[in-house]
Amino acid sequence: MTGEEATTRGWVNRALALNGWVVFLFLYAPIAVLVLFSFSADRNVGSWGGFSMEWYQRMLANDPLMRSLRNSLLVALLSTLVSTVLGTAAAIALERYRRWATRGVFDALLYLPVIIPDVTMAVMLLMWFTTIGWSLSLTTIVLSHIAFNISFVAIVVRARLANMDPSLEEAAADLYAGRWRTFRRVTLPVIMPGVLGGALLALTLSLDDVVVTSLVQGPGSTTLPVFVFGLIKRDVTPEINAVSTVMLAASMVLVMVSLGFQRRGDSERVR
Amino acid sequence: MTLLDEKATVEAVNPELEARSVRAEARRGLLHALPAYVYLIVFFALPLAIVFVFSFASRTSTGRPVLGGWNLDGYARLAEPVIRTIAGRSLWLAALNTAICLLIGYPFAYWIATRAKASTRNLLLVLVLIPFWSNFLVRTYAWRVLLDSDGPVTRVGEVTGLWGSMLFTQPAVFIGLLYGYLPFMVLPLYAAIERLDWSLVEAARDLYATRWEAFRKVTLPLSKPGVIAGSILVFIPSLGAYVTPDILGGAKTTLLGNYIVTQFTSGRNWPFGAALSFVILTAMLLATIAYFRSGAKTL
Repeated sequence: MTGEEATTRGWVNRALALNGWVVFLFLYAPIAVLVLFSFSADRNVGSWGGFSMEWYQRMLANDPLMRSLRNSLLVALLSTLVSTVLGTAAAIALERYRRWATRGVFDALLYLPVIIPDVTMAVMLLMWFTTIGWSLSLTTIVLSHIAFNISFVAIVVRARLANMDPSLEEAAADLYAGRWRTFRRVTLPVIMPGVLGGALLALTLSLDDVVVTSLVQGPGSTTLPVFVFGLIKRDVTPEINAVSTVMLAASMVLVMVSLGFQRRGDSERVR
Repeated sequence: MTLLDEKATVEAVNPELEARSVRAEARRGLLHALPAYVYLIVFFALPLAIVFVFSFASRTSTGRPVLGGWNLDGYARLAEPVIRTIAGRSLWLAALNTAICLLIGYPFAYWIATRAKASTRNLLLVLVLIPFWSNFLVRTYAWRVLLDSDGPVTRVGEVTGLWGSMLFTQPAVFIGLLYGYLPFMVLPLYAAIERLDWSLVEAARDLYATRWEAFRKVTLPLSKPGVIAGSILVFIPSLGAYVTPDILGGAKTTLLGNYIVTQFTSGRNWPFGAALSFVILTAMLLATIAYFRSGAKTL
């Protein structure tokens, strides 16, 4: 290597590292400011008035907010449960069975909800529920969340199934295990990290959704993000900072749990 | 005798048994797919079709949509100048956001993927995953606080005299979109660069390619799947953005997403909203298919 080239290389590496740390600063500084101000006694968002837990106490005493939290958890759990079962079955159908009628149609249908924007998903479901005469409620929210979650679960589980060694299932079959036993004792344990990863993704997407929910919700069935969205549009208060901090903490727990599943899955594959 | 020959013999011996087992497999495949299949037809395919139907519907004097009195008014309104302005603004912001995300995200993903120690790579990756999984509304709200009239960013701008109050303007919406979707660009890029076969880059260097030539002719083409996936993941939600322009933008920064939702809430013009949604949906699907095709050909 010539001396000149070594200099260029050092310069490129320094620029890459600088870009890297600036991006991390860009990603984390806004969140850090938000969390910091949620503990500020000053009513004015953006100026520090000493440490206080006041906004967290107010948040807990806010009945409509707490009701929307309960709705959110209910919607997220129900939609995750259903979409995980349906999505996993769909992934098996596509990955383990190569030849069946309209397989290609199903494959395309399963991918569409991932690539269309939230807004279109929201208005089409609103039009559909109105056309078939269903009144909007928690039920329509759950049904809509399942509709966009199935695809995400299926994609995650499919990736896991594609990486699975098929000889494991063949070995089980050779040892006279029936289809159900092969699935229960061999396939399911191996793809479990994928299934749980897909379920966590579904849970996160459900807890994140604002657009679809705000169009298909009925009276009194608001979820937490939609409720907070309404608050933000009216005014910015330290109480919203407190709610936001709690939501961020919840997301972080989900990331850690999901990474835990992945790590467990990887170590199993090595074994 | 190889396995294949054995199979062929079995087939020859009992073709009907073989055919029956193929049919049974086909049945089982469909059976596994059936619950999700039916669900997606009822709660996705039919709603998609109803958008098309509603786009030709009419309205009562109070704005209630009526399935009947079919007309093309919804599509006729698409030619109005206000739509052209909003569509142009949305396309511009989405394209700009995709380009800037790629410009910042590529060197960023490359930097993480080329760290020597696996533990460093994993740690940096987790630091990207956290914002990726964090609540999108909350992350957008963080910028609402920063850009508020007495927020930290505005104060820095006042002190240095570099910028004024940005809240409710187009730059604020752009920052929100960039902040919101950057992790969506970085993750697929990282995945593509990390699994790259580095011996090919070394081979190019051995053949006297400069570092830049090796990057441009080997690394970049090999990481193209990541570039395509990341661009789609950023461009489509940016084009349909609703939360970001609603929180950080104002009346002059309405984007397609807000405009469509308005037709279904206060605007009360479902046929028009449906026509607009249908056109956007079709355009996006065609663009996505074309993008995938072009990528597949060169890879």
